[in-house]
Amino acid sequence: MTARIAFRVFALGYLALLLVFPVCIIFARAFGEGLGAVWQAVIDPEALHALWMTLLIASIAVAANTVFGIICATVLVRHDFRGKSVLNAILDLPLAISPVVVGLSLLIIYGRTSPIGVWLAEMGVRIIFSTPGMILATIFISLPFVVREVVPVMREIGTEQEQAASTLGASAFQTFWMVTLPAIRPGVAYGIVLTMARAIGEFGAVSVVSGQISGITETMTIYVSSSFERFDLVGCYSAAVVLALIAIGTLLLTNLTGPKEEY
Amino acid sequence: MGITARRVSKRFGDFVALDDVSVEAPTGSLTALLGPSGSGKSTLLRVIAGLERPDSGQIFISDEEKTDFPPQKRGVGFVFQHYAAFKHMTVFENVAFGLKIRKHPKDAIRQRVRELLELVQLEGFAGRYPAQLSGGQRQRMALARALAVEPDVLLLDEPFGALDARVRQELRAWLRRLHEDIHVTTILVTHDQEEAMELADNIVLMNHGKIEQVGGPQDLYEQPANEFVMGFIGPVNRLGDTYVRPHDIEIQLNSNGTTSEAMVDHLVYLGFEVRVDLALKDGRRLWAQVTREDARQLNLEPGKPVHVRMVHSKVFGKTTADSLPNP
Repeated sequence: MTARIAFRVFALGYLALLLVFPVCIIFARAFGEGLGAVWQAVIDPEALHALWMTLLIASIAVAANTVFGIICATVLVRHDFRGKSVLNAILDLPLAISPVVVGLSLLIIYGRTSPIGVWLAEMGVRIIFSTPGMILATIFISLPFVVREVVPVMREIGTEQEQAASTLGASAFQTFWMVTLPAIRPGVAYGIVLTMARAIGEFGAVSVVSGQISGITETMTIYVSSSFERFDLVGCYSAAVVLALIAIGTLLLTNLTGPKEEY
Repeated sequence: MGITARRVSKRFGDFVALDDVSVEAPTGSLTALLGPSGSGKSTLLRVIAGLERPDSGQIFISDEEKTDFPPQKRGVGFVFQHYAAFKHMTVFENVAFGLKIRKHPKDAIRQRVRELLELVQLEGFAGRYPAQLSGGQRQRMALARALAVEPDVLLLDEPFGALDARVRQELRAWLRRLHEDIHVTTILVTHDQEEAMELADNIVLMNHGKIEQVGGPQDLYEQPANEFVMGFIGPVNRLGDTYVRPHDIEIQLNSNGTTSEAMVDHLVYLGFEVRVDLALKDGRRLWAQVTREDARQLNLEPGKPVHVRMVHSKVFGKTTADSLPNP
Protein backbone atom coordinates (compact mmCIF):
# COMPACT_ATOMS: atom_id res chain seq x y z
CA MET A 1 0.00 0.00 0.00
CA THR A 2 2.71 2.48 1.01
CA ALA A 3 4.63 1.70 -2.17
CA ARG A 4 1.53 2.44 -4.22
CA ILE A 5 1.09 5.77 -2.46
CA ALA A 6 4.76 6.61 -2.87
CA PHE A 7 4.53 5.93 -6.61
CA ARG A 8 1.49 8.13 -6.92
CA VAL A 9 3.03 10.97 -4.91
CA PHE A 10 6.17 10.78 -7.01
CA ALA A 11 4.30 10.88 -10.34
CA LEU A 12 2.02 13.71 -9.30
CA GLY A 13 4.75 15.65 -7.49
CA TYR A 14 7.05 15.44 -10.49
CA LEU A 15 4.29 16.77 -12.73
CA ALA A 16 3.38 19.53 -10.28
CA LEU A 17 6.94 20.73 -9.81
CA LEU A 18 8.05 20.61 -13.43
CA LEU A 19 4.84 21.30 -15.34
CA VAL A 20 1.91 22.66 -13.38
CA PHE A 21 3.87 25.07 -11.18
CA PRO A 22 5.68 26.97 -14.02
CA VAL A 23 2.47 27.23 -16.06
CA CYS A 24 0.62 28.58 -13.01
CA ILE A 25 3.38 31.14 -12.44
CA ILE A 26 3.03 32.36 -16.03
CA PHE A 27 -0.72 32.74 -15.59
CA ALA A 28 -0.29 34.47 -12.22
CA ARG A 29 2.34 36.89 -13.54
CA ALA A 30 0.29 37.77 -16.60
CA PHE A 31 -2.92 38.40 -14.73
CA GLY A 32 -1.09 40.14 -11.86
CA GLU A 33 -1.29 43.37 -13.84
CA GLY A 34 -5.03 42.96 -14.25
CA LEU A 35 -7.22 41.54 -16.99
CA GLY A 36 -7.28 44.82 -18.91
CA ALA A 37 -3.52 44.94 -19.23
CA VAL A 38 -3.45 41.36 -20.52
CA TRP A 39 -6.15 42.11 -23.07
CA GLN A 40 -4.29 45.22 -24.24
CA ALA A 41 -1.12 43.16 -24.60
CA VAL A 42 -2.90 40.46 -26.55
CA ILE A 43 -4.55 42.82 -29.05
CA ASP A 44 -1.29 44.69 -29.58
CA PRO A 45 -0.82 44.65 -33.40
CA GLU A 46 2.63 43.09 -33.15
CA ALA A 47 1.30 40.32 -30.88
CA LEU A 48 -1.69 39.69 -33.14
CA HIS A 49 0.58 39.51 -36.15
CA ALA A 50 2.80 37.02 -34.32
CA LEU A 51 -0.27 34.93 -33.48
CA TRP A 52 -1.38 35.05 -37.10
CA MET A 53 2.09 33.96 -38.28
CA THR A 54 2.10 31.05 -35.85
CA LEU A 55 -1.32 29.83 -36.95
CA LEU A 56 -0.56 30.31 -40.64
CA ILE A 57 2.77 28.51 -40.50
CA ALA A 58 1.44 25.70 -38.32
CA SER A 59 -1.58 25.16 -40.60
CA ILE A 60 0.54 24.95 -43.72
CA ALA A 61 2.99 22.60 -42.01
CA VAL A 62 0.11 20.41 -40.82
CA ALA A 63 -1.45 20.28 -44.29
CA ALA A 64 1.86 19.46 -45.98
CA ASN A 65 2.90 16.85 -43.45
CA THR A 66 -0.53 15.20 -43.43
CA VAL A 67 -0.47 14.65 -47.19
CA PHE A 68 3.18 13.60 -47.08
CA GLY A 69 2.60 11.45 -43.99
CA ILE A 70 -0.24 9.43 -45.52
CA ILE A 71 1.63 8.89 -48.80
CA CYS A 72 4.85 8.02 -47.00
CA ALA A 73 3.07 5.59 -44.66
CA THR A 74 1.48 3.88 -47.68
CA VAL A 75 4.91 3.51 -49.25
CA LEU A 76 6.40 2.14 -46.02
CA VAL A 77 3.59 -0.32 -45.30
CA ARG A 78 2.47 -1.43 -48.75
CA HIS A 79 5.56 -1.26 -50.92
CA ASP A 80 8.73 -3.28 -50.84
CA PHE A 81 11.87 -1.74 -52.24
CA ARG A 82 15.58 -1.38 -51.61
CA GLY A 83 16.38 1.41 -49.20
CA LYS A 84 13.10 1.15 -47.35
CA SER A 85 14.91 0.86 -44.02
CA VAL A 86 16.98 3.92 -44.93
CA LEU A 87 13.81 5.89 -45.60
CA ASN A 88 12.43 4.65 -42.32
CA ALA A 89 15.51 5.84 -40.44
CA ILE A 90 15.65 9.22 -42.21
CA LEU A 91 12.09 9.95 -41.10
CA ASP A 92 13.22 10.23 -37.50
CA LEU A 93 16.01 12.72 -38.26
CA PRO A 94 13.86 15.76 -37.44
CA LEU A 95 13.41 14.39 -33.93
CA ALA A 96 17.11 13.74 -33.51
CA ILE A 97 18.60 16.90 -35.02
CA SER A 98 18.51 20.07 -32.94
CA PRO A 99 16.07 22.62 -34.44
CA VAL A 100 18.79 25.28 -34.36
CA VAL A 101 20.91 23.08 -36.63
CA VAL A 102 17.93 22.63 -38.95
CA GLY A 103 17.57 26.42 -39.11
CA LEU A 104 21.25 26.81 -39.77
CA SER A 105 21.24 24.28 -42.62
CA LEU A 106 18.29 26.07 -44.26
CA LEU A 107 20.25 29.29 -43.88
CA ILE A 108 23.24 27.70 -45.63
CA ILE A 109 21.16 26.23 -48.47
CA TYR A 110 18.87 29.18 -49.22
CA GLY A 111 20.89 32.09 -47.83
CA ARG A 112 22.46 34.85 -49.90
CA THR A 113 25.82 33.08 -49.88
CA SER A 114 24.65 29.91 -51.61
CA PRO A 115 24.11 29.50 -55.39
CA ILE A 116 20.51 28.41 -54.77
CA GLY A 117 19.89 31.50 -52.65
CA VAL A 118 21.42 33.76 -55.28
CA TRP A 119 19.39 32.16 -58.05
CA LEU A 120 16.16 32.42 -56.01
CA ALA A 121 16.91 36.06 -55.23
CA GLU A 122 17.28 36.73 -58.97
CA MET A 123 13.89 35.13 -59.49
CA GLY A 124 12.53 37.45 -56.81
CA VAL A 125 11.89 34.65 -54.31
CA ARG A 126 12.96 35.21 -50.76
CA ILE A 127 13.15 32.23 -48.43
CA ILE A 128 15.45 33.25 -45.61
CA PHE A 129 14.26 36.02 -43.23
CA SER A 130 10.82 35.51 -44.70
CA THR A 131 7.69 33.37 -44.30
CA PRO A 132 8.63 30.59 -46.80
CA GLY A 133 11.79 29.79 -44.82
CA MET A 134 9.84 29.69 -41.57
CA ILE A 135 7.31 27.33 -43.15
CA LEU A 136 10.11 25.09 -44.49
CA ALA A 137 11.72 24.96 -41.06
CA THR A 138 8.41 24.12 -39.35
CA ILE A 139 7.56 21.43 -41.90
CA PHE A 140 10.97 19.89 -41.33
CA ILE A 141 10.81 19.74 -37.54
CA SER A 142 7.20 18.44 -37.46
CA LEU A 143 7.60 15.95 -40.29
CA PRO A 144 7.53 12.49 -38.64
CA PHE A 145 4.38 12.67 -36.53
CA VAL A 146 1.67 11.80 -39.07
CA VAL A 147 3.80 9.06 -40.68
CA ARG A 148 4.61 7.52 -37.32
CA GLU A 149 0.98 7.50 -36.22
CA VAL A 150 -0.44 6.22 -39.52
CA VAL A 151 2.05 3.39 -40.18
CA PRO A 152 0.91 1.06 -37.36
CA VAL A 153 -2.78 1.70 -38.06
CA MET A 154 -2.32 1.01 -41.75
CA ARG A 155 -0.34 -2.14 -41.02
CA GLU A 156 -3.10 -3.38 -38.76
CA ILE A 157 -5.98 -2.85 -41.20
CA GLY A 158 -4.16 -4.86 -43.90
CA THR A 159 -5.14 -4.91 -47.55
CA GLU A 160 -8.21 -7.12 -47.57
CA GLN A 161 -10.73 -4.30 -47.11
CA GLU A 162 -9.16 -2.49 -50.05
CA GLN A 163 -9.19 -5.65 -52.17
CA ALA A 164 -12.83 -6.21 -51.26
CA ALA A 165 -13.62 -2.65 -52.36
CA SER A 166 -11.88 -3.22 -55.68
CA THR A 167 -13.82 -6.42 -56.40
CA LEU A 168 -16.99 -4.42 -55.64
CA GLY A 169 -16.07 -1.99 -58.40
CA ALA A 170 -14.40 0.86 -56.51
CA SER A 171 -11.57 2.68 -58.31
CA ALA A 172 -8.26 3.23 -56.53
CA PHE A 173 -9.34 6.76 -55.62
CA GLN A 174 -12.77 5.65 -54.36
CA THR A 175 -11.14 2.88 -52.35
CA PHE A 176 -8.75 5.33 -50.73
CA TRP A 177 -11.45 7.87 -50.00
CA MET A 178 -14.22 5.50 -48.85
CA VAL A 179 -12.27 2.64 -47.26
CA THR A 180 -8.61 3.38 -46.50
CA LEU A 181 -8.92 6.94 -45.19
CA PRO A 182 -11.82 6.24 -42.77
CA ALA A 183 -9.94 3.18 -41.54
CA ILE A 184 -6.72 5.07 -40.78
CA ARG A 185 -8.53 8.19 -39.54
CA PRO A 186 -7.68 7.77 -35.84
CA GLY A 187 -3.98 7.63 -36.69
CA VAL A 188 -4.22 10.61 -39.04
CA ALA A 189 -6.12 12.69 -36.48
CA TYR A 190 -3.68 11.93 -33.70
CA GLY A 191 -0.75 12.66 -36.01
CA ILE A 192 -2.28 16.00 -37.01
CA VAL A 193 -2.72 17.05 -33.39
CA LEU A 194 0.87 16.15 -32.55
CA THR A 195 2.14 17.98 -35.66
CA MET A 196 0.08 21.03 -34.72
CA ALA A 197 1.39 21.06 -31.17
CA ARG A 198 4.98 20.69 -32.32
CA ALA A 199 4.61 23.37 -35.02
CA ILE A 200 3.04 25.93 -32.70
CA GLY A 201 5.69 25.46 -30.04
CA GLU A 202 8.67 25.57 -32.41
CA PHE A 203 11.25 28.23 -31.61
CA GLY A 204 14.83 27.26 -32.54
CA ALA A 205 14.71 26.54 -36.26
CA VAL A 206 12.15 29.23 -37.02
CA SER A 207 14.03 31.80 -35.00
CA VAL A 208 17.24 31.18 -36.97
CA VAL A 209 15.68 31.44 -40.44
CA SER A 210 13.27 34.26 -39.59
CA GLY A 211 15.86 36.86 -38.65
CA GLN A 212 13.38 37.87 -35.91
CA ILE A 213 12.15 41.00 -37.68
CA SER A 214 9.61 42.58 -35.30
CA GLY A 215 6.10 42.70 -36.63
CA ILE A 216 7.09 40.83 -39.81
CA THR A 217 8.77 37.47 -39.22
CA GLU A 218 7.82 36.99 -35.58
CA THR A 219 5.86 33.97 -34.47
CA MET A 220 4.29 33.71 -31.02
CA THR A 221 7.31 31.97 -29.53
CA ILE A 222 9.70 34.54 -31.01
CA TYR A 223 7.43 37.32 -29.76
CA VAL A 224 7.55 35.89 -26.24
CA SER A 225 11.32 35.82 -26.37
CA SER A 226 11.75 39.30 -27.87
CA SER A 227 9.25 40.98 -25.56
CA PHE A 228 11.03 39.41 -22.61
CA GLU A 229 14.32 40.79 -23.89
CA ARG A 230 12.96 44.32 -24.07
CA PHE A 231 11.45 44.00 -20.55
CA ASP A 232 7.86 44.10 -21.81
CA LEU A 233 6.90 41.57 -19.16
CA VAL A 234 3.11 41.91 -19.48
CA GLY A 235 3.39 41.42 -23.23
CA CYS A 236 5.67 38.48 -22.73
CA TYR A 237 3.50 36.76 -20.13
CA SER A 238 0.29 37.44 -22.02
CA ALA A 239 1.68 35.96 -25.21
CA ALA A 240 2.91 32.99 -23.19
CA VAL A 241 -0.59 32.55 -21.78
CA VAL A 242 -2.07 32.55 -25.27
CA LEU A 243 0.48 29.96 -26.36
CA ALA A 244 -0.22 27.85 -23.29
CA LEU A 245 -3.98 28.01 -23.94
CA ILE A 246 -3.51 26.93 -27.57
CA ALA A 247 -1.28 24.10 -26.37
CA ILE A 248 -3.79 23.00 -23.76
CA GLY A 249 -6.57 23.15 -26.35
CA THR A 250 -4.52 21.02 -28.72
CA LEU A 251 -3.80 18.51 -25.98
CA LEU A 252 -7.48 18.25 -25.13
CA LEU A 253 -8.04 17.49 -28.81
CA THR A 254 -5.34 14.82 -28.52
CA ASN A 255 -7.28 13.15 -25.75
CA LEU A 256 -10.43 13.24 -27.83
CA THR A 257 -8.84 11.82 -30.97
CA GLY A 258 -5.98 9.75 -29.62
CA PRO A 259 -6.06 6.00 -29.24
CA LYS A 260 -8.37 5.04 -26.41
CA GLU A 261 -6.46 3.49 -23.56
CA GLU A 262 -7.43 2.00 -20.25
CA TYR A 263 -5.95 3.99 -17.43
CA MET B 1 -21.35 -17.73 -67.50
CA GLY B 2 -18.73 -20.30 -66.49
CA ILE B 3 -15.13 -19.75 -65.50
CA THR B 4 -12.11 -21.03 -67.37
CA ALA B 5 -8.51 -20.74 -66.27
CA ARG B 6 -6.17 -21.80 -69.05
CA ARG B 7 -2.53 -22.78 -68.46
CA VAL B 8 -2.05 -20.37 -65.58
CA SER B 9 1.39 -20.09 -63.95
CA LYS B 10 2.41 -17.87 -61.08
CA ARG B 11 5.61 -17.62 -59.04
CA PHE B 12 6.37 -15.64 -55.92
CA GLY B 13 10.16 -15.30 -56.02
CA ASP B 14 11.44 -18.89 -56.06
CA PHE B 15 8.14 -20.34 -54.92
CA VAL B 16 6.02 -21.83 -57.69
CA ALA B 17 2.44 -21.16 -56.61
CA LEU B 18 0.77 -22.28 -59.85
CA ASP B 19 2.42 -24.48 -62.45
CA ASP B 20 0.55 -24.54 -65.76
CA VAL B 21 -2.88 -25.03 -64.22
CA SER B 22 -6.09 -25.28 -66.24
CA VAL B 23 -9.49 -25.39 -64.57
CA GLU B 24 -13.02 -25.22 -65.85
CA ALA B 25 -16.05 -24.33 -63.74
CA PRO B 26 -19.26 -24.85 -65.72
CA THR B 27 -22.07 -22.32 -65.56
CA GLY B 28 -24.13 -22.57 -62.41
CA SER B 29 -21.87 -25.16 -60.81
CA LEU B 30 -20.21 -25.08 -57.44
CA THR B 31 -16.58 -26.05 -57.86
CA ALA B 32 -14.23 -26.60 -54.95
CA LEU B 33 -10.50 -25.93 -55.18
CA LEU B 34 -9.24 -28.33 -52.55
CA GLY B 35 -5.71 -28.87 -51.31
CA PRO B 36 -3.29 -28.49 -48.44
CA SER B 37 -1.89 -25.05 -47.63
CA GLY B 38 0.64 -23.90 -50.19
CA SER B 39 -1.03 -25.94 -52.93
CA GLY B 40 -1.87 -22.82 -54.93
CA LYS B 41 -5.64 -22.97 -54.56
CA SER B 42 -6.03 -19.47 -53.06
CA THR B 43 -3.59 -18.02 -55.57
CA LEU B 44 -5.64 -19.47 -58.41
CA LEU B 45 -8.81 -17.92 -56.96
CA ARG B 46 -7.08 -14.55 -56.60
CA VAL B 47 -5.81 -14.78 -60.17
CA ILE B 48 -9.38 -15.42 -61.34
CA ALA B 49 -10.55 -12.38 -59.36
CA GLY B 50 -7.77 -10.19 -60.73
CA LEU B 51 -6.28 -9.61 -57.28
CA GLU B 52 -3.12 -11.36 -58.47
CA ARG B 53 -1.58 -11.17 -61.95
CA PRO B 54 -0.56 -14.51 -63.44
CA ASP B 55 2.91 -14.79 -65.00
CA SER B 56 1.31 -16.59 -67.93
CA GLY B 57 -2.03 -18.08 -68.88
CA GLN B 58 -5.53 -16.77 -69.48
CA ILE B 59 -8.72 -16.28 -67.51
CA PHE B 60 -12.16 -16.41 -69.12
CA ILE B 61 -15.31 -15.42 -67.28
CA SER B 62 -18.61 -15.92 -69.10
CA ASP B 63 -16.73 -16.76 -72.31
CA GLU B 64 -14.96 -13.42 -72.27
CA GLU B 65 -11.22 -13.13 -71.78
CA LYS B 66 -10.55 -11.12 -68.61
CA THR B 67 -6.83 -11.83 -68.11
CA ASP B 68 -5.83 -8.17 -68.32
CA PHE B 69 -8.93 -6.76 -66.63
CA PRO B 70 -8.67 -5.15 -63.19
CA PRO B 71 -10.80 -6.70 -60.42
CA GLN B 72 -13.35 -3.88 -60.80
CA LYS B 73 -14.23 -4.99 -64.34
CA ARG B 74 -14.40 -8.76 -63.93
CA GLY B 75 -17.92 -9.12 -62.58
CA VAL B 76 -16.79 -11.23 -59.65
CA GLY B 77 -18.01 -11.33 -56.09
CA PHE B 78 -15.21 -12.22 -53.68
CA VAL B 79 -15.56 -13.40 -50.10
CA PHE B 80 -12.45 -13.43 -47.90
CA GLN B 81 -11.59 -15.84 -45.09
CA HIS B 82 -11.37 -13.00 -42.57
CA TYR B 83 -14.52 -11.24 -43.88
CA ALA B 84 -12.77 -8.01 -44.98
CA ALA B 85 -15.74 -6.14 -43.52
CA PHE B 86 -15.61 -2.35 -43.78
CA LYS B 87 -15.34 -1.76 -40.06
CA HIS B 88 -16.37 1.90 -40.10
CA MET B 89 -19.58 1.15 -42.01
CA THR B 90 -22.82 -0.37 -40.78
CA VAL B 91 -24.09 -3.66 -42.16
CA PHE B 92 -26.39 -1.69 -44.46
CA GLU B 93 -23.54 0.49 -45.75
CA ASN B 94 -21.32 -2.55 -46.24
CA VAL B 95 -23.90 -4.34 -48.37
CA ALA B 96 -24.79 -1.11 -50.21
CA PHE B 97 -21.14 -0.33 -51.04
CA GLY B 98 -21.00 -1.80 -54.55
CA LEU B 99 -24.41 -0.33 -55.46
CA LYS B 100 -23.34 3.10 -54.23
CA ILE B 101 -20.18 2.87 -56.35
CA ARG B 102 -22.40 2.08 -59.32
CA LYS B 103 -24.51 5.14 -58.47
CA HIS B 104 -27.81 3.29 -58.15
CA PRO B 105 -30.67 5.47 -56.93
CA LYS B 106 -31.07 5.55 -53.15
CA ASP B 107 -34.51 3.90 -53.10
CA ALA B 108 -33.32 1.05 -55.30
CA ILE B 109 -30.31 0.53 -53.04
CA ARG B 110 -32.48 0.42 -49.92
CA GLN B 111 -34.81 -2.10 -51.55
CA ARG B 112 -31.99 -4.33 -52.81
CA VAL B 113 -30.09 -4.27 -49.50
CA ARG B 114 -33.25 -5.25 -47.66
CA GLU B 115 -33.76 -8.23 -49.98
CA LEU B 116 -30.15 -9.31 -49.54
CA LEU B 117 -30.21 -9.00 -45.76
CA GLU B 118 -33.30 -11.17 -45.81
CA LEU B 119 -31.54 -13.68 -48.04
CA VAL B 120 -28.61 -13.95 -45.61
CA GLN B 121 -30.89 -13.82 -42.57
CA LEU B 122 -29.60 -10.53 -41.16
CA GLU B 123 -32.86 -8.55 -41.41
CA GLY B 124 -32.62 -6.88 -38.02
CA PHE B 125 -28.93 -6.04 -38.24
CA ALA B 126 -28.83 -3.26 -40.84
CA GLY B 127 -27.79 -0.57 -38.34
CA ARG B 128 -25.09 -2.59 -36.57
CA TYR B 129 -21.37 -2.35 -37.10
CA PRO B 130 -19.31 -5.44 -38.03
CA ALA B 131 -17.69 -5.41 -34.59
CA GLN B 132 -21.14 -6.08 -33.11
CA LEU B 133 -21.66 -9.24 -35.18
CA SER B 134 -20.49 -12.81 -34.65
CA GLY B 135 -18.07 -14.37 -37.12
CA GLY B 136 -20.83 -16.27 -38.89
CA GLN B 137 -22.96 -13.13 -39.19
CA ARG B 138 -20.01 -11.15 -40.53
CA GLN B 139 -19.37 -13.74 -43.20
CA ARG B 140 -23.05 -13.75 -44.22
CA MET B 141 -22.86 -9.96 -44.46
CA ALA B 142 -19.74 -10.28 -46.64
CA LEU B 143 -21.62 -12.71 -48.86
CA ALA B 144 -24.58 -10.31 -49.18
CA ARG B 145 -22.13 -7.53 -50.04
CA ALA B 146 -20.55 -9.66 -52.76
CA LEU B 147 -23.95 -10.69 -54.15
CA ALA B 148 -25.32 -7.12 -54.14
CA VAL B 149 -23.64 -6.20 -57.41
CA GLU B 150 -25.06 -9.32 -59.09
CA PRO B 151 -21.70 -10.80 -60.01
CA ASP B 152 -21.38 -13.28 -62.86
CA VAL B 153 -19.37 -15.53 -60.59
CA LEU B 154 -18.90 -15.89 -56.86
CA LEU B 155 -15.43 -16.64 -55.47
CA LEU B 156 -15.15 -17.83 -51.87
CA ASP B 157 -11.69 -18.00 -50.29
CA GLU B 158 -11.86 -20.35 -47.28
CA PRO B 159 -15.09 -18.60 -46.29
CA PHE B 160 -15.67 -20.70 -43.18
CA GLY B 161 -12.02 -21.13 -42.22
CA ALA B 162 -12.11 -18.67 -39.34
CA LEU B 163 -15.31 -20.02 -37.78
CA ASP B 164 -15.75 -22.67 -35.13
CA ALA B 165 -16.83 -26.17 -36.11
CA ARG B 166 -20.51 -25.89 -35.29
CA VAL B 167 -21.07 -22.55 -37.06
CA ARG B 168 -19.07 -23.88 -40.01
CA GLN B 169 -21.38 -26.87 -40.27
CA GLU B 170 -24.47 -24.62 -40.18
CA LEU B 171 -23.14 -22.19 -42.75
CA ARG B 172 -22.16 -25.02 -45.07
CA ALA B 173 -25.71 -26.32 -45.13
CA TRP B 174 -27.00 -22.78 -45.55
CA LEU B 175 -24.60 -22.04 -48.42
CA ARG B 176 -25.66 -25.18 -50.24
CA ARG B 177 -29.32 -24.15 -50.01
CA LEU B 178 -28.40 -20.62 -51.11
CA HIS B 179 -26.56 -21.96 -54.13
CA GLU B 180 -29.54 -24.08 -55.06
CA ASP B 181 -31.68 -20.92 -54.93
CA ILE B 182 -29.52 -18.45 -56.81
CA HIS B 183 -27.39 -20.75 -58.97
CA VAL B 184 -24.53 -18.35 -59.54
CA THR B 185 -21.34 -20.02 -60.77
CA THR B 186 -19.26 -20.44 -57.63
CA ILE B 187 -15.70 -21.44 -56.85
CA LEU B 188 -14.94 -22.33 -53.27
CA VAL B 189 -11.41 -22.64 -51.91
CA THR B 190 -11.01 -24.97 -48.96
CA HIS B 191 -8.47 -27.22 -47.30
CA ASP B 192 -11.26 -29.23 -45.68
CA GLN B 193 -12.07 -32.29 -47.81
CA GLU B 194 -15.34 -32.84 -45.98
CA GLU B 195 -16.46 -29.30 -46.82
CA ALA B 196 -15.55 -29.82 -50.47
CA MET B 197 -17.35 -33.18 -50.63
CA GLU B 198 -20.45 -31.76 -48.98
CA LEU B 199 -20.76 -28.60 -51.07
CA ALA B 200 -19.21 -29.10 -54.47
CA ASP B 201 -20.49 -30.68 -57.65
CA ASN B 202 -16.96 -30.76 -58.86
CA ILE B 203 -13.69 -30.93 -56.92
CA VAL B 204 -10.32 -29.79 -58.22
CA LEU B 205 -7.69 -31.30 -55.96
CA MET B 206 -4.45 -29.35 -55.99
CA ASN B 207 -0.99 -29.97 -54.59
CA HIS B 208 2.29 -28.06 -55.05
CA GLY B 209 0.79 -25.71 -57.64
CA LYS B 210 -0.52 -28.53 -59.81
CA ILE B 211 -3.83 -30.30 -60.24
CA GLU B 212 -3.81 -33.90 -58.99
CA GLN B 213 -7.34 -34.80 -60.02
CA VAL B 214 -10.65 -33.30 -61.09
CA GLY B 215 -13.96 -35.00 -60.50
CA GLY B 216 -17.11 -35.37 -58.48
CA PRO B 217 -16.80 -36.18 -54.76
CA GLN B 218 -17.55 -39.85 -55.39
CA ASP B 219 -15.03 -40.15 -58.25
CA LEU B 220 -12.25 -38.75 -56.13
CA TYR B 221 -13.04 -41.10 -53.28
CA GLU B 222 -13.61 -44.23 -55.31
CA GLN B 223 -11.23 -43.71 -58.21
CA PRO B 224 -8.33 -41.69 -56.85
CA ALA B 225 -5.82 -40.99 -59.60
CA ASN B 226 -2.79 -41.37 -57.37
CA GLU B 227 -1.59 -41.90 -53.83
CA PHE B 228 -1.84 -38.20 -52.98
CA VAL B 229 -5.53 -38.08 -53.88
CA MET B 230 -6.20 -41.30 -52.01
CA GLY B 231 -4.42 -39.97 -48.94
CA PHE B 232 -6.02 -36.54 -49.03
CA ILE B 233 -9.61 -37.64 -49.62
CA GLY B 234 -10.44 -39.84 -46.67
CA PRO B 235 -8.28 -41.94 -44.38
CA VAL B 236 -5.89 -44.53 -45.77
CA ASN B 237 -3.42 -47.24 -44.71
CA ARG B 238 -0.22 -47.66 -46.62
CA LEU B 239 1.57 -50.99 -46.84
CA GLY B 240 4.52 -50.72 -49.22
CA ASP B 241 2.99 -49.65 -52.51
CA THR B 242 -0.48 -50.71 -51.51
CA TYR B 243 -3.11 -48.30 -50.26
CA VAL B 244 -6.22 -49.48 -48.48
CA ARG B 245 -9.11 -47.64 -46.86
CA PRO B 246 -9.66 -48.56 -43.20
CA HIS B 247 -13.24 -49.63 -43.96
CA ASP B 248 -11.94 -51.98 -46.65
CA ILE B 249 -10.12 -54.08 -44.08
CA GLU B 250 -12.16 -57.05 -42.99
CA ILE B 251 -11.44 -58.64 -39.63
CA GLN B 252 -12.17 -62.37 -39.21
CA LEU B 253 -11.61 -64.79 -36.41
CA ASN B 254 -10.49 -67.67 -38.67
CA SER B 255 -7.91 -67.91 -41.39
CA ASN B 256 -9.24 -68.75 -44.88
CA GLY B 257 -6.09 -68.74 -46.98
CA THR B 258 -6.41 -65.21 -48.26
CA THR B 259 -6.09 -63.57 -44.86
CA SER B 260 -3.07 -62.47 -42.87
CA GLU B 261 -2.47 -62.89 -39.17
CA ALA B 262 -2.65 -59.79 -37.01
CA MET B 263 -3.15 -58.77 -33.43
CA VAL B 264 -5.53 -56.18 -32.04
CA ASP B 265 -3.45 -53.46 -30.47
CA HIS B 266 -5.90 -50.81 -29.43
CA LEU B 267 -9.59 -49.96 -29.77
CA VAL B 268 -11.10 -46.48 -30.02
CA TYR B 269 -14.86 -46.13 -29.74
CA LEU B 270 -16.12 -43.20 -31.85
CA GLY B 271 -19.87 -43.60 -31.53
CA PHE B 272 -21.16 -45.65 -34.45
CA GLU B 273 -17.75 -46.70 -35.67
CA VAL B 274 -14.85 -48.33 -33.89
CA ARG B 275 -11.27 -47.72 -34.83
CA VAL B 276 -9.17 -50.88 -34.50
CA ASP B 277 -5.38 -50.49 -34.43
CA LEU B 278 -3.74 -53.68 -35.66
CA ALA B 279 -0.20 -55.05 -35.72
CA LEU B 280 0.63 -57.52 -38.53
CA LYS B 281 2.89 -60.48 -37.81
CA ASP B 282 5.85 -58.79 -39.51
CA GLY B 283 5.45 -55.76 -37.27
CA ARG B 284 3.72 -53.47 -39.80
CA ARG B 285 0.77 -51.58 -38.43
CA LEU B 286 -2.56 -50.56 -39.89
CA TRP B 287 -5.96 -49.59 -38.68
CA ALA B 288 -9.42 -50.75 -39.58
CA GLN B 289 -12.77 -49.09 -39.29
CA VAL B 290 -15.57 -51.41 -38.22
CA THR B 291 -19.07 -50.88 -36.93
CA ARG B 292 -19.80 -51.12 -33.25
CA GLU B 293 -21.92 -54.16 -34.02
CA ASP B 294 -19.05 -55.99 -35.80
CA ALA B 295 -16.64 -55.17 -33.01
CA ARG B 296 -19.03 -56.70 -30.54
CA GLN B 297 -19.68 -59.84 -32.59
CA LEU B 298 -15.96 -60.43 -33.12
CA ASN B 299 -15.46 -59.78 -29.44
CA LEU B 300 -12.47 -57.57 -30.22
CA GLU B 301 -10.17 -56.62 -27.40
CA PRO B 302 -6.54 -55.56 -27.15
CA GLY B 303 -4.14 -58.50 -27.49
CA LYS B 304 -6.60 -60.70 -29.39
CA PRO B 305 -5.19 -62.53 -32.46
CA VAL B 306 -7.29 -62.04 -35.60
CA HIS B 307 -7.09 -62.53 -39.36
CA VAL B 308 -7.42 -59.61 -41.74
CA ARG B 309 -8.23 -59.33 -45.41
CA MET B 310 -8.27 -56.37 -47.75
CA VAL B 311 -11.62 -56.26 -49.48
CA HIS B 312 -10.39 -53.56 -51.79
CA SER B 313 -7.00 -51.97 -52.16
CA LYS B 314 -5.03 -49.93 -54.62
CA VAL B 315 -1.54 -50.03 -56.02
CA PHE B 316 -1.20 -47.01 -58.22
CA GLY B 317 -0.86 -48.08 -61.76
CA LYS B 318 -2.88 -51.25 -61.08
CA THR B 319 -5.67 -52.33 -58.75
CA THR B 320 -5.37 -55.44 -56.63
CA ALA B 321 -7.59 -57.17 -54.16
CA ASP B 322 -7.54 -59.87 -51.58
CA SER B 323 -4.35 -60.96 -49.93
CA LEU B 324 -1.91 -58.63 -48.24
CA PRO B 325 1.19 -57.98 -50.31
CA ASN B 326 4.33 -59.70 -49.21
CA PRO B 327 6.87 -57.44 -47.61
